[in-house]
Amino acid sequence: MPSALAGYRICDFTGQLAGAGATKWLAAFGAEVIRIEDPVRQGRWDILRGNPPYKDERRGIDMGGAFNNHNTDKLGITLNLKTDKAKDILRKLIAASDVVSENFAAGVLEKWGFGYDALREIRPDIIYVSNCGFGHVGPYSRFKTWGPIVQAISGLTHTSGLPGQPPAGWGYSYMDHTGGYYMAMAILAALLHRQRTGEGQWVDLACTDAALTLNGPALLDWTVNGRRVRSRDVYSNRDQFSSMAPHNIYRCAGDDEWVAIACRDDTQWTALAECIGEPWTEAFTSVHTRLEKQDELDQLLSNWTQTRHKFDIESMLRSRQVPVGAVQKPAERIERDPTTANFGLWPMVTHSAIGDVRVDGQPVHFSVTDWQQKRGAACLSEHTRSVLTDLLGYTGDEVDTFYAEGVL
Amino acid sequence: MSVLTGIRIIELAHERTAFAGKLLAELGADVILIEPPEGTAARHYPPFVDDVPGIERSLHFWHYNAGKRGITLDLTRSGDQTRLRTLLATADVLIESEPSERIRALRLNFETTAKANPRLIHVAVTPYGRKEPLSNLAETDLTLMASGGPVWSCGYDDHSLPPSRGWGFQGYQTACHFAVMSVLTALLYRGNQTSGGGQFIDISITAALNVTTEGASYNWLVEGSTLQRQTGRHASIRPTGETQIQCADQRWANTGVPPRFPVEFARLLDWLRTLGLEEEFPEAVFLEMGANWEGPFDLSRIGIEDTITAVFTAGREALQLIARTVPAQSFFEGCQQAGLAVGVINSPEEAFEDIHFKARGMHVPLYRADLDRTVVHPGPPFSLPAAPSRLTRTAPRLGEHNAEIRGMP
Repeated sequence: MPSALAGYRICDFTGQLAGAGATKWLAAFGAEVIRIEDPVRQGRWDILRGNPPYKDERRGIDMGGAFNNHNTDKLGITLNLKTDKAKDILRKLIAASDVVSENFAAGVLEKWGFGYDALREIRPDIIYVSNCGFGHVGPYSRFKTWGPIVQAISGLTHTSGLPGQPPAGWGYSYMDHTGGYYMAMAILAALLHRQRTGEGQWVDLACTDAALTLNGPALLDWTVNGRRVRSRDVYSNRDQFSSMAPHNIYRCAGDDEWVAIACRDDTQWTALAECIGEPWTEAFTSVHTRLEKQDELDQLLSNWTQTRHKFDIESMLRSRQVPVGAVQKPAERIERDPTTANFGLWPMVTHSAIGDVRVDGQPVHFSVTDWQQKRGAACLSEHTRSVLTDLLGYTGDEVDTFYAEGVL
Repeated sequence: MSVLTGIRIIELAHERTAFAGKLLAELGADVILIEPPEGTAARHYPPFVDDVPGIERSLHFWHYNAGKRGITLDLTRSGDQTRLRTLLATADVLIESEPSERIRALRLNFETTAKANPRLIHVAVTPYGRKEPLSNLAETDLTLMASGGPVWSCGYDDHSLPPSRGWGFQGYQTACHFAVMSVLTALLYRGNQTSGGGQFIDISITAALNVTTEGASYNWLVEGSTLQRQTGRHASIRPTGETQIQCADQRWANTGVPPRFPVEFARLLDWLRTLGLEEEFPEAVFLEMGANWEGPFDLSRIGIEDTITAVFTAGREALQLIARTVPAQSFFEGCQQAGLAVGVINSPEEAFEDIHFKARGMHVPLYRADLDRTVVHPGPPFSLPAAPSRLTRTAPRLGEHNAEIRGMP
C-alpha cells in the first residue's frame, strides 16, 4: 500500500503530547520524522521521556510508556545545540527537511539561533510550524501553558461540571491532544500551499486560539443575545441549550457504574418509556413537561437505572433506537467493546527496549494510503549514527569523534 | 488566496460533520452544504437570535455552517439525485455521515462515486465506522462521549457524583478534527499523483474519542492500570493534590505546576511583598530560602527532607494566600509574570472578550443581510500568513445558492 506522505521529511523538535501528537500522525502516514533530543539532559525537555507508565515495571530513560505512545515510527537523534558542531549538523538536517516543527515556549528556538529568518536562510522554502500556548504575538505571548491551563483560559474548563460544584473541567489534557491535531493540520496545510506555489512560511499556531473556537454556539449566544454562561449554573451532562430531555448520566448497579441516556424527540421518549414500563412515565409524554420537570424526571429515571447493569440498559435501549451509551472504563472500551479492536485501533508496535506494546492507533482508515504504526518510539540517540551517515553524509569516524566531543 | 482556494467540498448536512465543513471553509475551500428542502435538523436547534425560533435564526446552525454556500436537494427524487451526482463529478471532497442503508439507496457508495470521479476524496464520519452496524443507531454527542472514553475520566473527587461531559459538541468536534487532518493528508497525496488519486476515508467518532483520552488508554495498554477521575485535574491512579483555587472575586483559577525554580520563588516573594502580605505569612522565610537555593532542587526529597519540604509547602501556601487576596484575572497575570503556568478559569464569553484574543483577531464581524445585522463570529483557529484563513460569509439561508449552483454544468 502506498504512503500518503512518503518523501516528506520533518525536522522535529516537538515533545509532550501537544507537539508529538502532531508528528505522530505524519509518521503514521509515511513522513520521515526525525526527532531531535538533547543528550545533556537525556531528552528530558520532553517530560514524558522515561516517565511512567512502564511495561513490566522496567524503568529507565527509554522505557516511558506515554513517550512511546506519542512517538511511534519516528527516528530519534541527539544534538547538543550548545556546541557549534551540533549547530552545523542541524543546519544540514534543516537543508534536507521540508518542515521544522516545535512546541517550545515562544522564542526558544530563536534564542538558539534557529528562528524563522535563520531557517529561511538555510532553506528558502522551509515550512516552520510553532505551537505554543498563546502564540508569538499578543499581550500574553510570553505566558506559559500546558493542556489544563489552555482549557481554563479558553472556557472549556468552566463548561464542564455540575450545578453547585466547582468546575469539573477535563480529566486529561484535552487541549494537548487537540493542539496536536491543529498542529498537524497547520503542517499539512502549509505543505499543500508549498505543493501549489513552491512557497514556504512560518505558521504561528496558538493552542488557546484553537481552544477558544471550540466553545460552540455559546459564543454567538453571547455576541448576538448577550447571554453569559457565567450567569447560570453549568450542568454539562444536560443538553447545553435545553432541547433534549432526558439527557443525562445515570447511576447503575455496581461500583461507580454509569450510563448516558438522551431522547431527541417524542418517538425516542416513547420507546424509552416502553422499556421502563412504569406508570410514572405517562406524566412525561410532552417534551415541555420533560424539560420543565427535568430534575424530577432525572430522579425517576435514575431510580430505574440504578438497579440495572449499564450494559443491559445499553443493549435494551439500543434495540429500541434510543440514544444510549454505557460510561465505559478503559478496560471495557479497549478489551470488551469489539468496535475498537475491529477497527484496528490498538496496534502493537515493537520498541527496541520495551519490546512489543500496544499503542493508540488512528481512528481513520484510508482505502488507498492507510496509516501504519509498527515501530515504537526511538531510544535516546537510537538513529543518530544512521541519520548522520546515510542522510547527512558524515563518515563513521566523524560520528565517533562527535560522540567523543559531546556534540551528540 | 487561501490554502484550499479552488477546492470544492460537498457536505451532506449533518450535525456530526458540520464542524469539519466549517474548518475547511475557513481554509478557503468552496464548501457546498446540501440540505433537504425542509432544511437540516440543526436549523431547529437553540439558541436562536433574540430567542425567537425560526429556520433562519438558529445560532447553532449559524456557528457550525458559517463560510459555506448552501443548496437544497430532495434526494428521494431521481432528478435531484442526478443533480447531486453532477455536483460530485466537479467536486474534490465529499463529506457525509449517513447510515449505510441510505448510502446504498442513493448509490453513493465509494465504488460508484469513484467511477464517476476518480479524484474524489470521499469522507464518511460515523459513530463506529462505515462497516459497523452500530453506526446506524441513534446517538448524541453525550452518548458517544460516554462510550468513547472521555466521560470516565472527567468529574469530581467525590464518586457519588456522576462523571461529567463537557459542553460544546466536543465528541463531534474531535471526529471533525480527524476529518480535516484526513482531507488535507489525502489532498497532499492526490497532488503528487498524475491522475486519479481519490480514495475513501472511513472515520469512527468513538475511535477518535478512544485515542483522545491521554493516560486513560495508554496506562491500561502499558501496565493494565485504571485512572480515576478527580475534581478539575487529571484523572490518576492515585489521588493527587488539588489544582483549582477560588480567588477573591469567587472565580476559580488553575494553579498548574507550583514554583520549583529559585527564580520562581524569588518572584513570588517579591509579589507577596508588593501586596503587603509578607507580615501575615511567616513562611515567607522559606520562600527566601527557595530563592537563594544553590543548584537544582532534588524534587524526589519533597516530603522526606524537612527544608526542601518546607520550601515547596511555602510556595503552594503563598499562592493560596495571594489567590484569596486578589481577583482571578490578577492572580493569573501575576503568576504568569512570576513565570508560573497558571490559568484563570474563564467562562466562554469572558475568554472571547479577553484582550489577548481580541489582539489576535479572533473577533470576525459578518453582515447578515436578511436580518440587517452584523454578527461577531469567532475567527479561524489558525492562519497561514502566505495563504490566510478567512471567514467571509455567514451560514447560508435555506436554499440561498440554489440558483447559482444547481444550474451549474
